[in-house]
Amino acid sequence: MPSPLLVRSALALALVMAADVHAATDADLAEIRAQIRQLKQSYEARIEALELRLQAAEAKSAAAPVAAAPIAAQPVAAAAAPAPEPVVAANAPAAPAGGISAFNPAISAVLQGTYSNLSKDPGKYALAGFAPSGDIVPAPRSFSISESELALSASVDDKFYGNLIFSLTPENTVSVEEAYGVYTAAPWGIAPKFGHFLSSIGYLNDQHQHAWDFYDAPLVYQAFLGGQYQNNGLQAKWVAPTDLFVELGAEIGSGESYPGNSRNKNGTGNGNAYVHVGGDVDASSSWRAGLSYLQTAAKNREYSQLDTTGNDAQLAFTGKSKVAIADFVWKWSPNGNAQERNFKLQGEYFWRRESGDLTYDADGALGLNQTGGYRSDQRGFYMQGVWQFMPAWRVGVRYDWLNPGSVDYGSNGAYLAGSSFNPQRTAVMFDWTPSEFSRFRVQFQQAKLRPDFTDNEIFVQYILTLGAHGAHNF
Amino acid sequence: MKAILQGCLMAALLALSVPAVATLNVFATVPEWGALAEELGGDKVSVYVATNALQDPHHIEAKPSIIARARSADLVVATGAELEIGWLPLVTQRSGNPKIQAGKPGYFEAAAYVTMLEKPSRLDRADGDVHPGGNPHIQTDPRNVLRVAAPLTARLVELDPANAAYYQERGKAFSERFGTAIGNWEKLAAPLKGVPIVVQHKAFTYLIAWLGMNEVAALEPKPGVEPTTAWLSEVLALLSRQQAKMVIRAAYQSDRASQWIAERAKINAVALPFTVGGTPEAKDLYGLYDDTITRLLKGAK
Repeated sequence: MPSPLLVRSALALALVMAADVHAATDADLAEIRAQIRQLKQSYEARIEALELRLQAAEAKSAAAPVAAAPIAAQPVAAAAAPAPEPVVAANAPAAPAGGISAFNPAISAVLQGTYSNLSKDPGKYALAGFAPSGDIVPAPRSFSISESELALSASVDDKFYGNLIFSLTPENTVSVEEAYGVYTAAPWGIAPKFGHFLSSIGYLNDQHQHAWDFYDAPLVYQAFLGGQYQNNGLQAKWVAPTDLFVELGAEIGSGESYPGNSRNKNGTGNGNAYVHVGGDVDASSSWRAGLSYLQTAAKNREYSQLDTTGNDAQLAFTGKSKVAIADFVWKWSPNGNAQERNFKLQGEYFWRRESGDLTYDADGALGLNQTGGYRSDQRGFYMQGVWQFMPAWRVGVRYDWLNPGSVDYGSNGAYLAGSSFNPQRTAVMFDWTPSEFSRFRVQFQQAKLRPDFTDNEIFVQYILTLGAHGAHNF
Repeated sequence: MKAILQGCLMAALLALSVPAVATLNVFATVPEWGALAEELGGDKVSVYVATNALQDPHHIEAKPSIIARARSADLVVATGAELEIGWLPLVTQRSGNPKIQAGKPGYFEAAAYVTMLEKPSRLDRADGDVHPGGNPHIQTDPRNVLRVAAPLTARLVELDPANAAYYQERGKAFSERFGTAIGNWEKLAAPLKGVPIVVQHKAFTYLIAWLGMNEVAALEPKPGVEPTTAWLSEVLALLSRQQAKMVIRAAYQSDRASQWIAERAKINAVALPFTVGGTPEAKDLYGLYDDTITRLLKGAK
């Protein structure tokens, strides 16, 4: 690989001195300068390029002739079609910069911060009738940085692609958001992914938080998946070679993400499968719909819940957890040009069935430690619409609804009771997106999570993206 | 669930085992390269164009329909120079189609064969939506289309050697006919030389260089940044000192800013097709430049 300077100087010599590619003499250079001066009035942009080449030629004139002929010949031959007027340079594809950083991966950073105003104590956040999933607290009160991300990605070699995204949490900890490799040389359009990544179940699950249309995840994600489902394992996806978009995917993993947990076990801990289909209705409307299924298991998944006598009891669930998701998204913009106005409607319906054993008073604090059967059948959905009414400005509404369904506590029924309350949440957001790389959002929402717990919440959020250009996901 | 999956896989495998169709599937990111591929490939190619002339090529999403068509493509013809950076890499990656990944023969970038203008001397997003490779709207100069035609023909030959003679024949015919057309357009557009104009987005750099027009101002304060009233007022003040004949915009752009300036500065607002399909007259590559020049001549009156 010749150095870029060499290529440039080679081109310059080949083009400027066409036939004679021997070392440039002072007289030649002077003549070129004179020509350049003449042209300058009308062709400023082109001249700049020429001057650069000339400088290169002066610096490297002795070394150039060797490489000149073959390199210059290729693009000239490629543009051999009769051009109506001579062009200054039929340039070769630009040579990338060399040096020690030449193979640095694409880097991007996402900075996020929030101001939040919550009418209830976020420490008392819990969903009536649902086993707490851990991460459902919307944000600490007042100012905080929410997850900021740093992402690195690049091709590893001719067979692999790698991606690392870690996030910095408000608590000053670093966690792995995604860290995976992709085998790009697999046949039949399958690109197996391995490592730690966001599962592609549902619609929102594999989108990063900064790409969401609302500040926080829908309640169904918080209640059934603990926020987002992280798969630590393998994934294979396959897109059918048809005009209708049909994507099949399957994943296996360690099963350590909620609703499963780490079980100190060989083999696989979870299995996911999904089908996504999609297409265009016309130039203005596009859609995607999907069905997903996740099966995992938990061993002594602990949480605490108020029992029928008002004690805060420690519970532990051991058993299977199955989640099914039906999702759809529909987008509209005039002639498919989303720049001015566009509308996005999206919704997902979740079912979760858990069966196994539940240990009541797992820590023995109440002196009543006992294990009985457990079976739950719960569901919920969210629906949201986002309308961009003028360039850069959007307004959105979201409604969340959960049904704690039927919970059978078996022999623990004496101490534990299910809930018939439907947690609900309604959110309205406005955001301003001055460019693809920055967004400011304000969100108001009312969360009725328990009969006696209605939280009025205000979030003001910023999202700033630096570095490599992000992808426009559908 | 498992049965459904198995069924789908079986159906898919059956579909794959059917002998490949004779035509080369070309996936063009923007209409101009779709039109060029049709000119060069004739009935040996089947062309899918991912976007239409009324869409802003910078802001396309990796829609399911686009990914599905990329899946079965033999050749992707893109502009390059980061025009499609926001969506094409995602599309090629998600399609899982190994043939069209960057660097493979099935991935073609037109900008590699053209002299790029407006290469930024510094890269900073504070300067707006700058493209490190230079201004990517190369198709507004038909000579660039001609420059791309030869390497694209070579690529078709490489991918489908059985029809090499056919492509070469068509490539030669196209170059001759289009070359002549360029000569005619240049004669037709002679009165446009030196005409001062205002552009809405810096989308016509190559057109302006080709016809020797004089770009006085841009309505976007920075590339890709929506015009603000304050900036438009500045442009208006400039136009009171330096008269322009017209303000031009691409068909996919809103006419608000253009109309605002046109009314106040008493100049013509001209919408150009920008690419094939941008106006009813711009049915193909010939119609594109015919109509562009017709509209510019009208605007310059």
